[in-house]
Amino acid sequence: MGQRVLITGISGHLAGRLAHSLETDPDVEYVVGVGLEEPSLDLERTEFVRADIRNPLTVKVLQTTEVDTVVHLHILATPAGVGGRTQMKEINVIGTMQLLGACQRAERVRKVVMKSTTAVYGADPRDPAMFTEEMASRSEPRRGYTKDAVEVERYARSFGRRRPDVGVTILRFANFVGPEIETPLTRYFSLPVVPTAMGYDPRLQFVHEDDAVEILRRTVREEHPGIYNLAADGVVLLSQALRLMGRPSVPVILPLVAPISGAVRRLGVVDFATDQLQYLLYGRVADNARMKERFGFEPRFTSRTALLDFARGQRVRRLISERQVAEWEQDLYAFLRRKNQERFERAGGR
Amino acid sequence: MAEVIPISRPRDEPDRCGAVTGSGNPCRNRASGPDGLCGVHRRRAEPPEADRLHEALAFLRRRLTGDYEIDGFGFDRELTETVLAPIARFLHERWWRIEWVGMENVPSEGPVLLVSNHAGTLPWDAVMLKFGVLDRHPAHRHVRLLAADLAFRLPFVGELARKSGNTLANAEDAHRLLAGGEVLGVFPEGFKGVGKPFSQRYKLQRFGRGGFIEVALRARCPIVPVSIVGSEEIMPMLYNAKALARVFGFPYFPVTPTFPWLGPLGLIPIPSKWLVEFGEPIPTDEHPEDAWQDPLTVFELTDRVRDEIQQTLHRNLMHRRSVFF
Repeated sequence: MGQRVLITGISGHLAGRLAHSLETDPDVEYVVGVGLEEPSLDLERTEFVRADIRNPLTVKVLQTTEVDTVVHLHILATPAGVGGRTQMKEINVIGTMQLLGACQRAERVRKVVMKSTTAVYGADPRDPAMFTEEMASRSEPRRGYTKDAVEVERYARSFGRRRPDVGVTILRFANFVGPEIETPLTRYFSLPVVPTAMGYDPRLQFVHEDDAVEILRRTVREEHPGIYNLAADGVVLLSQALRLMGRPSVPVILPLVAPISGAVRRLGVVDFATDQLQYLLYGRVADNARMKERFGFEPRFTSRTALLDFARGQRVRRLISERQVAEWEQDLYAFLRRKNQERFERAGGR
Repeated sequence: MAEVIPISRPRDEPDRCGAVTGSGNPCRNRASGPDGLCGVHRRRAEPPEADRLHEALAFLRRRLTGDYEIDGFGFDRELTETVLAPIARFLHERWWRIEWVGMENVPSEGPVLLVSNHAGTLPWDAVMLKFGVLDRHPAHRHVRLLAADLAFRLPFVGELARKSGNTLANAEDAHRLLAGGEVLGVFPEGFKGVGKPFSQRYKLQRFGRGGFIEVALRARCPIVPVSIVGSEEIMPMLYNAKALARVFGFPYFPVTPTFPWLGPLGLIPIPSKWLVEFGEPIPTDEHPEDAWQDPLTVFELTDRVRDEIQQTLHRNLMHRRSVFF
């Protein structure tokens, strides 16, 4: 008998792609996607159930579909589209509680996979440069998505204690980038002029959507209980990222950072949660050694190539192209050499 | 030989230089060598500036297009070597005219822990140690310093601290750097050392809790004690305005003969003459594997390193003729 998988948040991009890749796997007998909206991707044999995970009916879905694997991807990073932070928190926290409660009752469930974020490590100048899975941030007060993610992880761990027969995997993803996926960070990069905090150059780390889908697929198909940092190799500084993408930026002095980000948020351009501001000051890097070792997985993209792949997705207009800079270099070099030679000759060849 | 020079062209007069001048006419100078060029054009064929110019422009292009590598700590090797090192070189060669003694005690490869005294109100001694080893050590190694969180909170300072390869003082980062075979530089006195009043100069403060020794024992890497003479005089702190320090959230607020009286100008350090001595490496691999978990071993080793630095400081102070020469 093949594996029977339930995916929450099926309308999301990653969930859709995961379902798509599981469909083609002959050992996966059945895939069901739960969500409030239809999947954005064309799925063939994935059954779509329009349901709210906050609704106790979810238990019924779990029991009637007889799934053995639950992939919880209905965790929102931004309140956009659901009508505010209160709803977002409810979906994230109450939704996860309900879902895990349902899993606890569903005896066939053997595996729970949950999406989390490296943002749980915070971004603080008092923290180490690189986080391994067992480390925690020194900065306690957390807000927004970060706070939700910390709470959701806590529920997942206590669920794991109550159902020791179920393998629980928590996947802490770095910032997603790729040609298609949209996140607050990709929208930030797409601003006409990107504001940055003057005097700060945070370390950023990404994971490409293809690698993220592959990791999710492996977590479903293989046995990897535990907590993992999922991140590409390499680090890119914010200033470097903007240069790689040829994006214009404007440095903003620290006292103006919060008001400006508030204005951008109110304009509805980028829905950047306040907890993300710290990240754009101090940055954060997670150690991906455990992922590589236990999954035997080498990400196809580094932070840098992932970012470039996103930039190639044409949603980002380049201010200056790499070729143009190379041309400038050649012109300037030729000019300076000529001048040099002329000066040399004027000096009577001495 | 003559055929490969691109600006040469066939000529009727074999004794004339084969090059073309900037105006497009053949050069009238007499050829002075087997390559068929005159003295002027031989040098011009390969101008000494060309390589450097090319390199400088390529550097600008890489910076403009983001084409450089950063490690997990935010270390930007290219920026450090190309931009920061020349500035620091002026300071250690001309400003403080630092004399380096025993640099050979720093191994050319593998992990090593440098432990140094800390003084001078502003941590210039750390900057000098870092760039001194980069410039003067035969292997041109990058010292990765451990700094207080204040350094990483401040704008510009924090950015530069990370880009030049330093990180927050904590056991995890320290262990990671040593495991990666890096040179780690620590100042166990911390703020107690760098922010001590002038009257306390060259008196080593308490060496923290010996966390740095634990890290070295765990990595089983040698410890090299570093004694810096001269840094105590660069900004003599006469008084610590504690109330002001609290307002700004600083560990101390220095009042020196020039600061804050002269404003930012008062922050220019005094050009004293420095002597930096690297002591004999203290091996840690003769201790058992789990010695880092034994507090007494850690205390003993901490004391040994501290004594060594204090004694070297005293010895070098005795031989010092003047603060400035």
